[in-house]
Amino acid sequence: MAEQLIRLTGVGKSYRKGREVVRVLDGISLEINKGDFVGLMGPSGSGKTTLLNLLGGLDKPTEGVVEVDGRAISALSPGALAKWRSGNIGFVFQFYNLLPVLTAARNVALPLLLTSLPASRRKQHVNTALRLVGLAERASHYPRELSGGQEQRVAIARAIVSDPPILLCDEPTGDLDRATADEIMALLQQLNRDYGKTIVMVTHDPRAASFAHRVLHLDKGELGAAPEATR
Amino acid sequence: MNRFTLVWRNLWRKPIRTVFTMLAVLVVFFLFTVLEGLRGALTLSDISDESQERLLTSHKLSLVMLLPVAYQSRIARLSGVEAVSHASWFAGRYQDNPEFAQYPVVAEEYLALNPEIRLSDAHRQAWLENRGGAIVGRPVATQYGWQVGDRVPIRSSIWTRANGSNVWEFEIEGIFDDIDGGVNAGVMLLHYDYFDEARAFSNGTVGWYVSKGDGSLPLEDLMAAIDAEFENSPTETKTNTEAAFAKEYAQQFGNIGLIVTLILTAVVFMILLVTGHTMAQSVRERIHEMGVLKTLGFTSGSIFRLTVLEGLLLVLPVGILAMALGWGGLAFLSGALGALFPAGLGIGTRSVLMGLALMLAISLGSVLPPVIRALRLDIIALLRTA
Ligand SMILES: Nc1ncnc2c1ncn2[C@@H]1O[C@H](COP(=O)(O)OP(=O)(O)OP(=O)(O)O)[C@@H](O)[C@H]1O
Ligand SMILES: [Mg+2]
Repeated sequence: MAEQLIRLTGVGKSYRKGREVVRVLDGISLEINKGDFVGLMGPSGSGKTTLLNLLGGLDKPTEGVVEVDGRAISALSPGALAKWRSGNIGFVFQFYNLLPVLTAARNVALPLLLTSLPASRRKQHVNTALRLVGLAERASHYPRELSGGQEQRVAIARAIVSDPPILLCDEPTGDLDRATADEIMALLQQLNRDYGKTIVMVTHDPRAASFAHRVLHLDKGELGAAPEATR
Repeated sequence: MNRFTLVWRNLWRKPIRTVFTMLAVLVVFFLFTVLEGLRGALTLSDISDESQERLLTSHKLSLVMLLPVAYQSRIARLSGVEAVSHASWFAGRYQDNPEFAQYPVVAEEYLALNPEIRLSDAHRQAWLENRGGAIVGRPVATQYGWQVGDRVPIRSSIWTRANGSNVWEFEIEGIFDDIDGGVNAGVMLLHYDYFDEARAFSNGTVGWYVSKGDGSLPLEDLMAAIDAEFENSPTETKTNTEAAFAKEYAQQFGNIGLIVTLILTAVVFMILLVTGHTMAQSVRERIHEMGVLKTLGFTSGSIFRLTVLEGLLLVLPVGILAMALGWGGLAFLSGALGALFPAGLGIGTRSVLMGLALMLAISLGSVLPPVIRALRLDIIALLRTA
């Protein structure tokens, strides 16, 4: 049996808006194994991004526990959480979120600034990551000089450069055309299959979801099994 | 790529904006330095100990009214007086330059009373032996390019010679340094005997007396004793320390000092608004990016430090360069206008520190508010900004 990596127990999240309390997630329990590739689907506003943020330690649940590798990250202080994130999670966003003032290589190098690696080793890691996403020859390009697909590849290189075990992707192909989306999905699949990355990916696109080992459905804050249509 | 690269690239996010802000900082701190230098020169900040102890006796009504030369021996006779001499106002100018100070004096007495005047023995001897000779403070000699042996025409706005001309010629016999840049630094000293014999009117009068106590009386008492000596005479006197006179004289420039201070305040305030606006805008533009950095594992503390460093880089290097340029400007001015600013132009440690403090205030004052506001948001809120 595969090793368990992520476990959510009775996780709920609500936001307070003035006097009103908005309940976004309710009683979510979930287990994800090492090396798994999980798709997360659901209508807009159903809480997919919120759930992903809880997994990645960007946000804290109002109730319940988020454990990663046996560690309750929902209990960590902001400083400890930041450090934990830098070592364990790579994020990939829909709109890439590259810094416009930095070249591709420097964007990729950003997470390494938080490590104690010497400059030469950092450079090595950056080159490796860029080669892996097939953009080695674009290292000195600025984001504005890259296509959307290329930007997303750089973002993926940035997410994997410090070799975290988990990749969290929020609609990574949401802004790309079909062919480019397929390339990005192939890349994520490769990272999962050949490099053992555990991936949780939010998507609206059934085609993208088909790359996942299993797909979870979120509706009105509650987790359900996959409807027949997508499996 | 290191953290500094990130700061540096952020600093140049909008190069034109950065350049204009830096230009504003450059102009402001150049002005600051020059104006501080002028203000310092006009407010006579350092008055020597000698000036505090030397007494100056003038006509009771005004420094420009004359006193009889016979008062010298009467002051000398008073108990508590160690030495007394006199000087007069010549009110001359060289060519078309502004008026500067020339004092007809009794050479040996005046030099003895003003030990801060440093003159070589050879120059001193040459001057004593030449009735038509003069010695001059170095800033004046430098500005006018005078050298020992030059004959220089000085046109007096008061004194005509017996022959009707108001142009007097003096031979430069010595150039002196005033060691503490005091009251004599930019002065030209002439022989009183020669002057008194040659002038067409008011012979036998002097401008003011300079004296020094022997220490047996408190200065206050000595000043009162001198003035009492001439009380109820047709020419009553007013005695005070040389420092007090100098201060009173500087008072007329006091308003300029105030105006300069006001200009400075306005300018600094404006630049604070300009850089504040720039920095605030530049921080606002990257609130989303701060969220990205936090996602990657950067802490609020490290983002705060990087942004503050950027603010310092925007202001400090250029500000310091501007102050260096301003200092150069002052050095140039005091070379070109030595007679106007005999004590030299420059800025003291206090002004330098004040300039640095202003730079810190400007950069921190403009960076801290927006960055603190941004970092108070949590990551989700940062990421949700467009
Ligand atoms: N900071 C917040 N304050 C208040 N409400 C919030 C906040 N963040 C999210 N929400 C609400 O929570 C709900 C879920 O948001 P979330 O972004 O997780 O949805 P999503 O499933 O990712 O939607 P989409 O597919 O459109 O990205 C929405 O109704 C949203 O308005
Ligand atoms: Mg979402």
